[in-house]
Amino acid sequence: MSTWHEIGNIQDIPQRASRLVQTEEGDIAVFRTSNDDVFALADRCPHLGGPLSQGIVHDATVTCPLHQWKIDLKSGEAIAPDEGCAGHIPVKVESNIIYIEL
Amino acid sequence: MKEKLVLVGNGMAGVRTLEELLKLAPDTYDITVFGNEPYGNYNRILLSPVLAREKTIDDIMLNDISWYEDNNITLHTGKEITQIDRINRKVIAADGTTAAYDRLLLATGSHPFIIPIPGKNLNGVITFRDIHDVEAMLEAAGQYKNAVVIGGGLLGLEAAYGLRTQGMDVTVVHLLDSLMERQLDKPAAALLKHQLQEKGLNFKMEAQTESILGAERVTGVRFKGGEEIDADLVVMAVGIRPNIELAKASGIHCERGVVINDTMQTYDPRIYAVGECVQHRNETYGLVAPLFEMGKVCANHLANLGYARYEGSTPSTKLKVTGIDLFSAGNFNGDDSTEEIIVQDQSRGIYKKVVIKDDKIAGAVLYGDTVDGSWYFQMMKDNTDISEIRDQLMLGQHHIGDAGHGGQNAAAAMSDDMEVCGCNGIGKGEITKAIVDKGLFTLDEVKSHTKAASSCGSCTGLVEQLLVATLGGDYSATPTEKPVCKCTDHTHDEVRAGIRKQKLTSIEAVRDFFDWQTPDGCASCRPALNYYVLAAWPAEAKDDPQSRFINERVHANIQKDGTYSVIPRMWGGITNPDELRAIADIADKYKVPTVKVTGGQRIDLLGVKKADLPPMWADLNKAGMVSGHAYGKSLRTVKTCVGQEWCRFGTQQSISLGVDLEKLTWGSWTPHKYKMAVSGCPRNCAEATIKDFGVVCVDSGYELHVGGNGGVKVRATDLLTKVATEEEVKEYCGAFLQLYREEAHYLERTAPWIERVGLASIKKIINDNEQDRQALNERFLVSQQYSQIDPWAERASEGVEAYEYAPIKVIKKEAAK
Ligand code: SRM
Ligand SMILES: Cc1cc2nc3c(=O)[nH]c(=O)nc-3n(C[C@H](O)[C@H](O)[C@H](O)COP(=O)(O)OP(=O)(O)OC[C@H]3O[C@@H](n4cnc5c(N)ncnc54)[C@H](O)[C@@H]3O)c2cc1C
Ligand code: SF4
Ligand code: FES
Repeated sequence: MSTWHEIGNIQDIPQRASRLVQTEEGDIAVFRTSNDDVFALADRCPHLGGPLSQGIVHDATVTCPLHQWKIDLKSGEAIAPDEGCAGHIPVKVESNIIYIEL
Repeated sequence: MKEKLVLVGNGMAGVRTLEELLKLAPDTYDITVFGNEPYGNYNRILLSPVLAREKTIDDIMLNDISWYEDNNITLHTGKEITQIDRINRKVIAADGTTAAYDRLLLATGSHPFIIPIPGKNLNGVITFRDIHDVEAMLEAAGQYKNAVVIGGGLLGLEAAYGLRTQGMDVTVVHLLDSLMERQLDKPAAALLKHQLQEKGLNFKMEAQTESILGAERVTGVRFKGGEEIDADLVVMAVGIRPNIELAKASGIHCERGVVINDTMQTYDPRIYAVGECVQHRNETYGLVAPLFEMGKVCANHLANLGYARYEGSTPSTKLKVTGIDLFSAGNFNGDDSTEEIIVQDQSRGIYKKVVIKDDKIAGAVLYGDTVDGSWYFQMMKDNTDISEIRDQLMLGQHHIGDAGHGGQNAAAAMSDDMEVCGCNGIGKGEITKAIVDKGLFTLDEVKSHTKAASSCGSCTGLVEQLLVATLGGDYSATPTEKPVCKCTDHTHDEVRAGIRKQKLTSIEAVRDFFDWQTPDGCASCRPALNYYVLAAWPAEAKDDPQSRFINERVHANIQKDGTYSVIPRMWGGITNPDELRAIADIADKYKVPTVKVTGGQRIDLLGVKKADLPPMWADLNKAGMVSGHAYGKSLRTVKTCVGQEWCRFGTQQSISLGVDLEKLTWGSWTPHKYKMAVSGCPRNCAEATIKDFGVVCVDSGYELHVGGNGGVKVRATDLLTKVATEEEVKEYCGAFLQLYREEAHYLERTAPWIERVGLASIKKIINDNEQDRQALNERFLVSQQYSQIDPWAERASEGVEAYEYAPIKVIKKEAAK
């Protein structure tokens, strides 16, 4: 059964940056964009597993640090012509507190 | 309501303009397209391989009907616009269809020229322009024997070759004594003719066609002087004329073409024109690369951005006949004001000529070995001063050294299964297939679709050759100056100048000032802009960590498993037992899996967890060590040899000089990484002649070498100058580094930078003008005041950017319940 987990205040993530949530099922990258949207993806690039949390965030996209694939934060899908998906995790922000659903 | 945009001419230039427009402003217009031909948009260039049955019509479709539907474009195929009603702003087709416009785009291409001689309308007399023509030729090839192609230019020869491969006996008739006279000089043309004869073509040179014979279908051709030859098919390929009838009839000012200004507007400001139908600054064009540049500029204005300008193009050519390698660009014939360097190897069928004017390349013709075509072409467009490399010019770029693609330099000689990109394992066949099937035109497109040339880049030259060989033009190298990235059309130099002039001190300010097309920029432009503002305004600009690549953001190199490596500075390669003991203890304490001596004379601790970085740095700081910037576009290492301090041959104190240079320059951010070395004598044990700045000590002083590069493409340094004292070495070192910091493009190392601008121009600033040199050095020293702060110390003990190193949350199973 999935539940919502509080993970911290939106201010704890700088704009255009990402921070990690460590879980026993693997790391999750939580991103904050320049207009304060928050997204969460598995911290594994669909290419060769690069840590997306370490990439550069621009608009609602992250560029993987290892070989520069671009991943759409909204869906977790790689942007064409690349193909693949970094599992996308539901997020909500209430009164500046971020929750993710696991 | 949306404005209405109507395109007349569903060809390569018009549709490319729409594609560029949709990228910039997808929702601005209701778009309607009229095309005379009954198809979507196809790649006209590849009609030649279709004729040779190397490709099919389906292969060469660029935008099929569904593309128009997907983008809500109304497409009228097979309809010719015969009238533009400029007063009521609508176009009218031959069948009566009309469409209203707010803005109109003309891209009507050109007409093949038909020589006005008797018999020109007989059956079997055709031109070579569209799918219909190719189908007619293929049909004739199936039924008849003798073909005559009138015109020995690019198109004529491609038609002739295609018909020959279909089994016809082909004679090429040419008015002059030399083939392709607009692209080749006489010696190259002679080689070409010889090679085409070997492929089975016949030639009739200096022959003027007087009439075409036959009653209903052509039976022969008669020349001036009375000679006749048999023909069942005559292809006229004597040139093209811009198709301006429609524009002219509508009262739009035309000369040879539809006259347009630098923003692609005709004399009627609502009407734009692009492609072969236009005349810009008195030039007309018949190749695709310039048309695509026009399309980009036109889209910029249609999207109401309004800042791009078209200033003309310098096209280069290539013939798409399998097995023939020729390249031509610029003023290849030369004139009274030029000089020529020629290399000729008759038995290998190789001929190369470079035309030089005022120490710049003005043109080139290459036959048989075209590897260096794009190199010459690039230097020609960059206006590079070649006086310093003149003696090596004809040996080619690769003689300076090359690695990473198995020593291959000629893509044409490779078989389809041979590997082109060694990083990603991509073969030649895969790349050429992608170029055709996916309709790719530029190096960037090939990179993103195939991944070839997208990693270390050493195979870029091969991929460019494959593009040229497949498409017959140089697309990748245009325009002369590349924009910073896809978020803007502005070039690196424009942006840098704007930052200085307008005092732009943040990335946001730059994006605002230059109207960036994306709100945030991207992973390419953000690091570049961050560097540019810091380099221009060291005191005022604030570093943006989110615009740095991960390595620079966390001051350690990311490894393939997501761990990091830590390399402390070891000044000039010197260490001592205390430092080594500290490193050993730290390696134990943090369970570092690998300790390695690097190629840069220091020690690498590999496999460190991110969270361990700050405490580890604190321990290294305690032992007196600071960041080695092994991760940065910054000063890396200064290699030294033991020199006069120990060596029996040493002429100067190379160790201490190396240490001094490293203390002077560490911490400075640079366009790309920057490496130095000091060798104690010309034996050069510190390999100073492949460094960005290398010092070779000699008895009488110090030789200063610049622009060396190990790595992907080995380049030995150029000698900048020789000086007598250590003080001068330091001044030149600071001045050269600062010049590089101020002038080079982001991610351009000193080697390509020097090759682009020419050593002479650098010498002029640094050697010839003491004041300029000193001013540069002073600017360097000022900027160092702001950058010589150990980033590790800030993070280890002052809590800078602490959020980088700890997870925001750890979720345990128990907690989940
Ligand atoms: C560690 C080291 C290899 C070693 O174990 O010896 C190394 C490791 C890497 N090199 Fe290097 N290079 C190392 C010395 C060199 C040298 C030798 C030298 O400096 O004398 C060269 C050739 C000399 C030169 O640069 O001209 C070298 C040419 C490259 C290149 C090609 C640069 C080029 O201009 O062609 C790259 C790729 C790049 O920078 O884009 C590269 C990139 C890399 C990267 C950063 C790849 C990456 O992006 O992750 C590697 C980082 C591994 C890591 O985490 O440490 N490394 N690399 C060496 C570190 C030296 C140091 O102490 O800082
Ligand atoms: C066989 C061949 C090989 C070539 N090889 C190369 C090469 O190797 N490299 C290179 O760079 N270039 C090459 N070219 C040239 C290149 O194809 C042209 O430069 C390019 O296609 C011109 O684009 P355009 O949009 O201006 O014209 P076109 O592509 O000709 O498009 C114009 C379109 O407008 C339509 N049209 C015209 N008038 C009207 C009207 N009144 N109403 C409706 N529709 C109209 C025409 O039917 C046509 O479809 C080659 C050309 C040919 C024919
Ligand atoms: S260390 Fe350098 S040569 Fe070795 S694999 Fe990495 S980038 Fe390639
Ligand atoms: S692992 Fe992300 S691009 Fe390769």
